[in-house]
Parts: sequence; C-alpha cells; structure tokens
Amino acid sequence: MGAALLELRAIAKAFPGCQANDGVDLNVRAGEIHALLGENGAGKSTLVKIIYGVLAPDSGEIRWEGRGVRITGPAHARRLGIGMVFQHFSIFEALTVVENVALGIDWRGRLDDLRRRLTEVSGAYGLPLSPDAVVHGLSVGERQRIEVVRCLLQEPRLLIMDEPTSVLTPQEAEALFATLRHVAAEGCAILYISHKLAEIRALCERATVMRQGKVVAECDPRRESSKRLAALMLGDEPREPHRQRTPQAGPPRLAVESLSLAAEERDGVALAEVCLRVGGGEILGIAGIAGNGQGELMAALSGEVRSPAAETIAIDGVAVGRLGPGARRALGAAFIPEERYGHAAVPALTLAENALLSAHRRRALVRHGLIAMARTRAFAEAIIRRFDVRGGGAEAEARNLSGGNLQKFVVGRELVQEPGVLVAAQPTWGIDAGAAMTVHQALLDLADAGAAIVVISQDLDEIFAICDSIAVLAAGRLSPPVPVREASIEAIGLTMGGPTKAAAE
Amino acid sequence: MLRLEPRGRQSTAMIYASPVIAVALTLITGIVIFAAIGVDPVTALVTFFVEPLGTPYGLAELAVKASPLVLIGTGLALGFRANVWNIGAEGQFTLGAIAGGGLGLLFPESESPLVLPAMILAGIAGGMAWAAIPAWLKTRFNANEILTSLMLTYVAQYLLGYLVHGPWRSPEGYNFPETRMFSAAASLPVLVEGTRLNVGAVVALVVVAVGWLVLARALVGFQLRVVGLAPRAARFAGFDGTRLVWLAMLIGGGLAGLAGLFEVAGPIGQLIPAISPGYGFTAIIVAFMGRLHPVGVLLAGLLLALSYLGGEAAQISLGMPSAVTGIFQGVLLFYLLGCDVLILYRPRLRREAPA
Amino acid sequence: MSGEAGWLVAVVLSVVGAATPLLLAATGELVAERSGVLNLGVEGMMLVGAVAAFAAASTTGSDTLGILAGAAAGAAMALVFAVLALSLLANQVATGLAITIFGVGLSALAGSGFVGIALEPLPGLAVPGLSDLPVVGRLLFGQDVLVYLSLAMVGAVAYFLGRTRLGLILRAVGDSHDAAHAIGYPVVAIRYAATAFGGLMSGLAGAYMSLAYTPMWAENMTAGRGWIALALVVFATWRPWRLLAGAYLFGGITILQLHAQGAGIAVPSQVMSMLPYLATIAVLVVISRDRAKIRSSAPASIGKAFHPAG
Repeated sequence: MGAALLELRAIAKAFPGCQANDGVDLNVRAGEIHALLGENGAGKSTLVKIIYGVLAPDSGEIRWEGRGVRITGPAHARRLGIGMVFQHFSIFEALTVVENVALGIDWRGRLDDLRRRLTEVSGAYGLPLSPDAVVHGLSVGERQRIEVVRCLLQEPRLLIMDEPTSVLTPQEAEALFATLRHVAAEGCAILYISHKLAEIRALCERATVMRQGKVVAECDPRRESSKRLAALMLGDEPREPHRQRTPQAGPPRLAVESLSLAAEERDGVALAEVCLRVGGGEILGIAGIAGNGQGELMAALSGEVRSPAAETIAIDGVAVGRLGPGARRALGAAFIPEERYGHAAVPALTLAENALLSAHRRRALVRHGLIAMARTRAFAEAIIRRFDVRGGGAEAEARNLSGGNLQKFVVGRELVQEPGVLVAAQPTWGIDAGAAMTVHQALLDLADAGAAIVVISQDLDEIFAICDSIAVLAAGRLSPPVPVREASIEAIGLTMGGPTKAAAE
Repeated sequence: MLRLEPRGRQSTAMIYASPVIAVALTLITGIVIFAAIGVDPVTALVTFFVEPLGTPYGLAELAVKASPLVLIGTGLALGFRANVWNIGAEGQFTLGAIAGGGLGLLFPESESPLVLPAMILAGIAGGMAWAAIPAWLKTRFNANEILTSLMLTYVAQYLLGYLVHGPWRSPEGYNFPETRMFSAAASLPVLVEGTRLNVGAVVALVVVAVGWLVLARALVGFQLRVVGLAPRAARFAGFDGTRLVWLAMLIGGGLAGLAGLFEVAGPIGQLIPAISPGYGFTAIIVAFMGRLHPVGVLLAGLLLALSYLGGEAAQISLGMPSAVTGIFQGVLLFYLLGCDVLILYRPRLRREAPA
Repeated sequence: MSGEAGWLVAVVLSVVGAATPLLLAATGELVAERSGVLNLGVEGMMLVGAVAAFAAASTTGSDTLGILAGAAAGAAMALVFAVLALSLLANQVATGLAITIFGVGLSALAGSGFVGIALEPLPGLAVPGLSDLPVVGRLLFGQDVLVYLSLAMVGAVAYFLGRTRLGLILRAVGDSHDAAHAIGYPVVAIRYAATAFGGLMSGLAGAYMSLAYTPMWAENMTAGRGWIALALVVFATWRPWRLLAGAYLFGGITILQLHAQGAGIAVPSQVMSMLPYLATIAVLVVISRDRAKIRSSAPASIGKAFHPAG
C-alpha cells in the first residue's frame, strides 16, 4: 500500500457528560480502504468530525502527509484534500442539485461550467445525476450521490464516508462499493465508518475498532470472522436473547385491513393497502430502510393520524381507526415512537411529567382535572426501578439522561402499563448494548404474557433476534409476513429496494 | 473572543439571577440616559422608582396600573407557553371595554346590582370574541396569529374611535369624542377612600393564583406546556392541538377583555378614544419578564407599573417626555432577553487557535 | 393638463407615496427572512429611521444627511436585534417585539424636540425636458430619489438572490443553517449582514415617511406600516418582484380609503382606515391556506435559533 497519509495520535475530545474520544490513534495509508468500526456511541463520528475540522480536539496530534497540522475548519480540510460524506446530508432542500454542489465546494466560477463538470464526474463514477433537479424531490440514494460527487469534484486524497449504507438498499450499496473501489484504485484513501460487519469485511483492507471512545484493535477485516469483529466491537461475545415462544391461538389482537393513507408532509410517504394481523404472544417485525413509511405507519397505528374508516384498524376486535391515541390506550394499546426527544418524551420535562404523557388515563393520574403529583411520581419511580434507569430520579429532566437510559424509561413507561397491544419503532436505536438487551428481554417477556407486539426496525439483526415473523415495508407497502425461520436476508433486501417515490432512474 | 459554551443543563442560579442582573443593567443604562438628557441621575431615579411609592395613594395607583398588566400578562404567559403568540391583547382589551362598556351605556338609569356583573361578563366575552378570530384563522387556515391578532388591534382601535366619535358620543359632551360617564351601578366601586383602587386588583391576584394552580397542577396547564415544548409529543399523548390553540387564545383574550372592562368601568369611567397606554403590548414584556409564570408575571407587572408611575412623576416633576417610560421598558426587556442566555450557556474567553 | 388627467396623476402619485415606505421596509425584511431571521421590529426601526432622518435634515438642512441618518439609525436598531437574537440566542419573536416597543419610545423621546417643525418635502427629480412631459413627466421622471431607490432595490435584491454566489449562500443559510454551517459558511455573519440590511431599508422607509410622505415628525407616525410590511413579505411568498406588486396593491388600498371619503361614499372614516389591516388579514389567510406552498416557499429555518455544535 501507499505511504502514510493521515496519522492521528492520542486524540482526545470531551463533551459535557462524556468523553467521546480518549487517546485515539489512527493510521490511514494512501489508496487504502480503511474501516472505522464501532457501535453507536463509540466515538467514530466525533473522531471524524475532528479530522474534517468541524470540531477541534482537546489534545493530541494530527499529521497529514507526514507533517503536523491543525485543521481549522472544513474549508481547510478540503484544501488539504480531505472530503467527507456525512451520514446526515448537508443538503438544501429548496435548491437544485448544481446549486447544492456549488455551495458544497464553494464554487466561484460560472454555474454552467460546474454543470458540465458535474455531469462528467457523475457519469465517470457511475452516479447519474440531473443538475437542475430540485433536491426535495429526490430519493435518499440520489441525495447521497450529490454528496459523493461533490467530494469527488475536489479530487480528494482522503474520502471519509460516515455510515453511508444506512439509508441504501443492498443493491444501491453494491453500486456504491463499486464506485469506492474505483476511487481507491486511483490512489484516494477511503475512511469507511460503519457498524455493518459484512460490508466491512467485503470492502475494507484495514479496520480500526473503537469502543467507548478508545481504540481497542487494529486488524485486517478480511482475515477476521464477523463474530470476532463483533466481539471486538461489543466487548464480549454477543448474547442471544432467550425465547420461550408459545403463540396463542385466537383472533388477532391487532388487525389492520387495507390501510391506505395519503402523505401528510411534503416529503412523506403514502401508505398503500397495508394489511397485518398480530395475535396474542406474537412479535411481528416490520423491516425496511428509513423513509419508506415507517413514521406514517406508526402514526396511523397510534392514532396520531386518523384512518379514513374506523374498521381499518382494530384492537382486540374494536374498530379504532377514527379514535385518537388516548382512546386506543384505553383499550389496552401502547406505542413507542422512534424519536425519543420531542416525540416519545419532552426533553425539558421531568421523568414524572413524561410519565403522564401516555399514562394519565390508564393509571388514573389525573383527578378532577388536577394531576395527582404523588401518584405520578410513584409511577415514574416504579418504571425507573424496574428498568434500571440511571441519571437521576423521577424529578430528573429527560434531557439530562443518556440516550440509552431515556429509551429504557420510554419503553418501561409503556410496558409497566401492561398493554395488550404494543407497537414499537426502533426500540433500541442509538443505545448501548446493555440497554438494548434490557429492552429486548422486556419485549419478549411482554409477548410471553400474551400481548401482541409489532416492532418496526431498520436493524435486521434486531428483528431476527426477537421476532416471530417478518414483513417488509417499502414505499408505503407492506409485504406479506413470513416466519423468521423461513426468511432469507437476500429476499428481504430485494423487497426493501422496492420502487422509490422519485422518478425511475 | 467571547464564546458561549452550553452548560448541558439549566443553571438554577441564573434563573433567579438573570432578572436581577437585567434590572441592575437597566438602572445603569437609566443613569446614562438621564445624564445624557441633562437630568441629575440620582434625582431622576428617585423620582422614577421611589417617589411614586411614598404615599398610600401612590401604592394604590401602583395596584391600579399593575392590575391590567398582571391580568393580561397571566393570560399571555399561558398562551406563550403553548407557543401561541397572541400579540393582539391590546385589541382584545379594547373590545372588552367596548362590549362591557357598551352594555353599561345601555342602562344609564338602572341601579340594579346586576349591571356590573353583566358588564364584566360582556367584557370577557368581547375580549374572547376578538381573540377567537385569530384562533379560527390559525386553526382553520394556518394563518400566523402574530400578524392576524396584531392587525386586529388596529381595527379595534378604529372601531372604538368610530363609536366614541359617532353613535355612542355623549350628547352632553360638547361634541368631544367621549361617551357618557358610566352610572354608579355601572362603575367599579372604590375599595379605599381617596384612591382609585378597585376590585380589579383583587381579581388580578386571584387570577395569578388560579393561573399558578392551572400551570402547576391542572391537566390543561400541562397540556399547554407540552404542546408548546414538543407538539409531536402532545399529539402522541393524544392532546388535541387545535383545542389547545383555541384555549390559549381565548384565555388571553378573555383576561385582556376583562382588564379592558375594569379600566373603563374603573379609573376612566367612560369610553374615550385612548383607553390604554399600551397595556396589551407591555403585558407581553411582563409575561416574558415573569418567565411565563403567573407569580413572575405579578412581580414583573408591579415593576412595570412602577415604570409607568415613574414616567408620569418624571413628566410632572422633571419635565421629561412621556416616551421615557417606553424606553425603560424596552431596555429592560433587552437586558432580560440578553441575560437569559446565561441560563443555558456559559460565557468563555477562547483564545484564537494559531493557524 | 386637463382636470381629469390631473386628478389621475395625483391619485397615482399618492399611491406611489403610500407604497414606497412599504416596499422599502418589506424588501429589507425579505432579505433578512430569506436568511432565516424573523425580525418583528420593523415598526420600531422605521420610526427610529424617521426621527433620525427628520432630526438630521432639519438641523443640518441637508436631505442627503437626513436619508443617511435614517438608514444608519435603522441599521443600528437591527444590530441590537442581531446581537440579542443571533449571538445571545434570545427568542426572535420576543426580541423583535422589544425592538418595536423600544423604537416607539426612543423615537418619541428623540423626536420630542422636533414636533411641529415643518420641512420642505424631498424634491422630485428634475430631468430637463423629460420631467416636464404631460402626465408621464411627473410620474416617471419627477419622483424623489427614495422612490427610485425602492424600485431599484427590488431589482437588485432579485438579482442578488437569484444570480450571485453570495445570494445563493444566503438562501442556503435560510434553508438549512446546520447544513450551511457544516459546509463552513459563516451563518451568523451572514445573518448579521442580512439583518442589518433589513434595518437599513426600514430606516430608509422611515426616512421617506418623515422627509417625503408627510414632511414632519409625529409620534408613532408610521401607524402600523411596519407590520403591514411584514405581512407583505409573506404575501409575496418571499419573492422580490411579487413584493413590488403587493406594495403597490396595499398602497392603492390605503389611498382608496382616503379618496372614497372624498367621493362621498357614506362610510365612516374609521371604517375606511380599517381596510388595509383587514386586507392584510385576508391576504395572509389566502396565502397560508396552502400549507404545501407555504412550506416550499418559506425559508425553512426562519425564526429558529442557530446553535453551532462546537
């Protein structure tokens, strides 16, 4: 391989409440595809923001092409030859593709010249783009292409990709890999951040593994097994949650009959003829890439969006389509939305107050229009105890808890109410492995107690670990559920890549 | 270079300290302004802040001036918490005066004890009706309530002008734009001889207490807070956003209308074109200064009422123009908004990193 | 000139007079809002500009100095807003209101010594030959400099936003300040500039009021025009050329109510005075009804505080 391109020595960075990077060393060589591996919260994004100049390290040294540098900002990083494709795109919805690229690379020339170069480069690397399309109408995969082309136009020496395939179908991911191999072959190094072991083993020649802010290993991923990499990433052998499954016979506890709903938001997804039936004791997993209607489905099931007809959704046989969340909860349903800050919980309120959000009726926490403070506090404390929520008691503000602890509280709040039907979206997103285990076990226990559970998740591993059957949500359509034992990742991946809402490529 | 570093959590100390700092800074600025226009600062400050409180009459006047601010401010505070920006309280105040006062004018001979309560109810209804318009426009048409409620303020003002110049003008008023004085049955009784203190002050205190209870303990208060902090969470909880917008506007409008009725049936005694020195707008400052909490609103209302009295005293004793009141209020709000940043952020001096 | 034509010219001239302050203030606010800043202090900035312009012009005798003073005063007020809302992250709505309240008070205080003084109105352009043409002469070539400036600025802002790199950056900041910051653009600096420009234009609008429209100073002489200017920006869906149409439409309505009285229409004057405000409400409703349109037209980050993450 080539000469040392980027060297990080003993990089440290702290934020209020956590040490994101702790004495991190990293070595990337020219033309190398180097993985930065770790689960959520390991410190990968922080490290990479330091490399790109968005953050300044508290201490440590950065060497670029053999010389020590202090990277003062993204513009400086770009001048050095570092390009970055973020996980969350820095994209301007109201502007066109060429305008977005012009902004991204600080183009000073004529827009027409840029248009021409854009078409050249995107064609050369297999990333077709239409320069004058307004971005808000483009699919996520197309938006990522804008980001990649934007970087390539600047002829980088190092290209950083932050979790690039989290929003792509398996086929789109393959196309991206082809592009990346082409780029590397021309001498540009790639720093590939991911927690997807199979991808890293397929694409990368070196990997640096991080856990809790520190580097725990440096290896060649092609020579390691996925299990070994996972062990390095998680700290020990990953545990399988245990399952005693006796699905009940009887009518479905949650039934959705041909649910079609127009999109509410400009960039929302319309649901089309969604059908599902979940019986007591059963856990149905709904897989799919983000942006295919998960949020819309969740809102329709929880009652935040009413369905056209009452019979479209039934809980324990009762038609609830026209009822709101409160009424559905009164029938024994519970819901855990994806977004814990601002949707499932209010960050500025205390845990006791947040407990009121879904429990005020069922737990009789309100009498004569007044909130019973003592009862509410006791309820919140019960949740905190049962789910080992750390970060303060019932009077702690939700925003002061770590993501994992708040998620445990949010999940616990619903489970403590012993619902008969539970719909959870991304129940373990962005939380540490220990908290995730607690959540999974709690869901399994709830199912064993006879509840019908739907888990909407982008994490196939999660679905395979705890669900009985799996269906795929793509472009607002739900595939027929298949028992997990009979499902193949290949088939699921292909279903996930169904037609996107933008025009065909 | 001064930088702001997030604290990660609210600083309790600063929540209480920041208004104090803001007031102190305002006083300092006041000294500078007074010096700049050639008035002895100490005399001016004493005239402004101390003199008005020296007599029982002065204290009563403080209550008289604070009552409308506290009434309106409490209503606005609840509404602002729900992210409903009722900027038209001045217009709702006017409509309350028109509706309640108009009812009083209908029965000039009556001595029934029912007249005043009826006027009070009419005043509340008038304010609510005027607030219902922006509420409807917002919930039905997504029209921004800041602009609609504000435009209606001007319409209300012209409506009052039309009524007192035209159909409601007192025939015994020598053609001045004013209505008849309200009869005894239609006027608020004075609570303390020799002052203008009326039941409005008591009602204001009751409203503060009720407002506090609602915000701290009532489900509806909780719903207003949630819908303002996180509308998606409010939907998740099943709280009806539309109903809460209506509630927020109607509470603000009703209290503003009540304040308007108290003002014309009390100190003013009739309807005239200018019934408010900007109470509806000052109440917005009062609401912010009071941190959107009824008790804070009470304290802020007293402080700003003092600024009105001080301005009048300064006009009389020192010959200063009436506008000085508005300047003080604006400066105070500036400092308060500025100091509030210290609650969530810590100022840090950062040395420039050498390139 | 015949009586009829003379009357028509007078009406059109008064429409221009009514529209110009609205256009000036709204153009400035449009730029601020496109960058994501909602500055409700337009009314206060206009008044401060009006009093500063009047004070400068009457004490120095120079209209030019008056205009410059008005612009500077407006910009200064806008900078106070910027410090509070952009650097100290105060709530933009509250800060804007504070600016208005303060501006009303400050202008009344500063202007107290100037009440009752009369000034010569801003002179119209005198282009030899052209200005003397019947009808068209006064209309097209006899306006004062601020009228021409107001029209020129619309074109300049349209060009700036649509065709220049800086304008593109400003639009980007208004669309997503986080994305703009991630790329490395100085979001706060751009918003400061846009806000200052907004203040400058509001100051000019105020200067027009006190130097040209009614060449005198009176407390609160803008009578809510600042708020109408804010509504105009929404009415124009944040596009400069539509702003021009809107301003003249509103100017027209204001004049209509004045002339309707003269034409013997039996509606009380106060009711006629209500018209512009009611019209603004109607426009707001019509525009806001189409949620999708408002969402795709309004700068997405408007009014939101920008917290740079480190």
